[in-house]
Amino acid sequence: MKMDKVLFGDNQFFAVNHLSDEKSREQAIRFKDDAAIIRVLDQAIDLGINTFMCTTHDRIANICDHMRANPSRYKDFNIFPCMPYAHKYANAVTDLGIIGAVRQYVPGNIFSTFTKGGFAFLQKDFIGLMEIFIDAEMKMFKGINTPVIFIQNVIVDMILGLNMLEVFKEYDAYIRKKFNAEPGYITMNMPLLLDSLNSVGIENPIICSSINKIGFRMSGGREIYEKYLTEKTLRPIAMQVLAAGALRPKEAIEYLGKFPKIESVLFGASSKSHIQETKEMIEANL
Amino acid sequence: MKLKAGVIGLGKMGLSHAAIVSPHPNVDLVAVCDTSSIVLDAFRKFSKVNVYTDYVKMIDSEKLDLVVISTPTRFHYKMVKYALEKGIHTFCEKPFSLTTLEGQELEILAAQKNLINQVGYHNHFIGTFRELKRLLKESVLGDLVHFTGEAYGPVVTKEKGGTWRSDPVEGGGCLFDYASHVINLIQEIIGVPVKASGSQLKKIYSKDVEDTVYSILTLQSGLTGVLSVNWSDETYRKMSTSLTVFGKKGKIICDATEIKIYLKEANPAEKLEKGWTIKYITDFAIPVNFYLRGEEYSAQIDNFVDCILKNRQTEINSFRQAVLTDKVIEILIADSKN
Repeated sequence: MKMDKVLFGDNQFFAVNHLSDEKSREQAIRFKDDAAIIRVLDQAIDLGINTFMCTTHDRIANICDHMRANPSRYKDFNIFPCMPYAHKYANAVTDLGIIGAVRQYVPGNIFSTFTKGGFAFLQKDFIGLMEIFIDAEMKMFKGINTPVIFIQNVIVDMILGLNMLEVFKEYDAYIRKKFNAEPGYITMNMPLLLDSLNSVGIENPIICSSINKIGFRMSGGREIYEKYLTEKTLRPIAMQVLAAGALRPKEAIEYLGKFPKIESVLFGASSKSHIQETKEMIEANL
Repeated sequence: MKLKAGVIGLGKMGLSHAAIVSPHPNVDLVAVCDTSSIVLDAFRKFSKVNVYTDYVKMIDSEKLDLVVISTPTRFHYKMVKYALEKGIHTFCEKPFSLTTLEGQELEILAAQKNLINQVGYHNHFIGTFRELKRLLKESVLGDLVHFTGEAYGPVVTKEKGGTWRSDPVEGGGCLFDYASHVINLIQEIIGVPVKASGSQLKKIYSKDVEDTVYSILTLQSGLTGVLSVNWSDETYRKMSTSLTVFGKKGKIICDATEIKIYLKEANPAEKLEKGWTIKYITDFAIPVNFYLRGEEYSAQIDNFVDCILKNRQTEINSFRQAVLTDKVIEILIADSKN
């Protein structure tokens, strides 16, 4: 499946702003109600955007409810889920420890969830545990098109750093088998990730990473990213293309035009004119 | 020859350190140590590093050049001491020690053995805070009048929980976990606090430890300012740390993402205009080879490894600096009991 050139992101809805905590707060106030999020999403859809790439934030569940309740409006609309919403777990780990966090977030009664000997057994069955977590995170998207399913960069880069590459292989296989979807990877370390995925037999992966003219959040430097974008086999999605606001949209998106392999650009915006302008610029340059 | 590394304690910070140490071009992560079976089983199953449940065994069996210790604070003393005695360069998580007596002993031991020592006050590897330090050194604000050091975040937002972070004996609580970062920033960027007054350690949801820390700090220079820290504030998505410094010539507000400078008159040497100038982290981020959760976590390990390779003591986050922070924590606790 070819991905849309334009992927609409969700940072603006959930007070994620890499430049300013103050702007984050303004966003949190503006998008306090789900209706405000849906209004902006609808504007994006009316402008011809067909894919929403979002974290598995609790509030996305409400957006999914709205979509299921209005099937005719959203039947061709795609969501690319990105799991997990890491802060939820990170705060729980600080508060409850790793086991405590697992207990809190594994759905339902743990003894009914784990039939084969309960929780103790599952502690050793990591892949089983991973599958249960994926299922729990994917529950909110039931009945919605999710052709690509991503793991968030915190988890990808943790597994990558720890060199536990078999985990990627298992994730890849599970997403294809269970959800009939393409697995995707978000990372801050694209070149290392691609080499590592290739080393466990994952070819031509969908990788979403920072790609911008000033090398912001491009670990190892811009040059190696450019080399990989030109020479290697992958399906890149560009994010943080404006380098958190340090670049003007025009120069930022013209830069992406130098790399024909880039399949999609992820961006978020809150105003109709801003969405339209960015979308047109991406389509003109990609 | 790569340096051989071990990590003791595989909680949130320890896993993150292991994931950053392992891909470092000059380091081989050879061993990890923890008491949690689920984490160790994951290493046994998916990685090639040697796994230990006893740090003494790990240190005795592996020929380590460096160790990262990220266990609850009360274990730091005996673990750091053992590593230093065996001649291993040591990076320890913050806060460093539960008593300054223990901290000072470790500081002296590391110096005697000429071992590189560093503590994980990672904010010093965030470019905006470095820029604030530089601007204050250049006296862009003139004589300082007041400062505010703040940190807020959503760690404990309900009445439950029960890890070492909720046990005051183990070094849990908002003061050790959150406020230590702010105190350390104030100490290294503005000046060393020598007195605390009006200190309030308040519980909101926790039973045994404080969830907020409020205090007025007096620095060596006589300058006073406010410390305001709350880890039960769910209006923040994650930990958010900031310093505000007010001087005769203007004021600066600095956090991990931006630095906002207000000057009453232009400063041509610094190319700062009259009024507001806002600079972003994109101008100051420290380049790293591997990124996990923030440049600062990799940059601090890069600094530690670089110091080992060049055999020079770190200017940032040495044991000595961390002991100063522990001392302020002691002063603050004593004041809160008055």
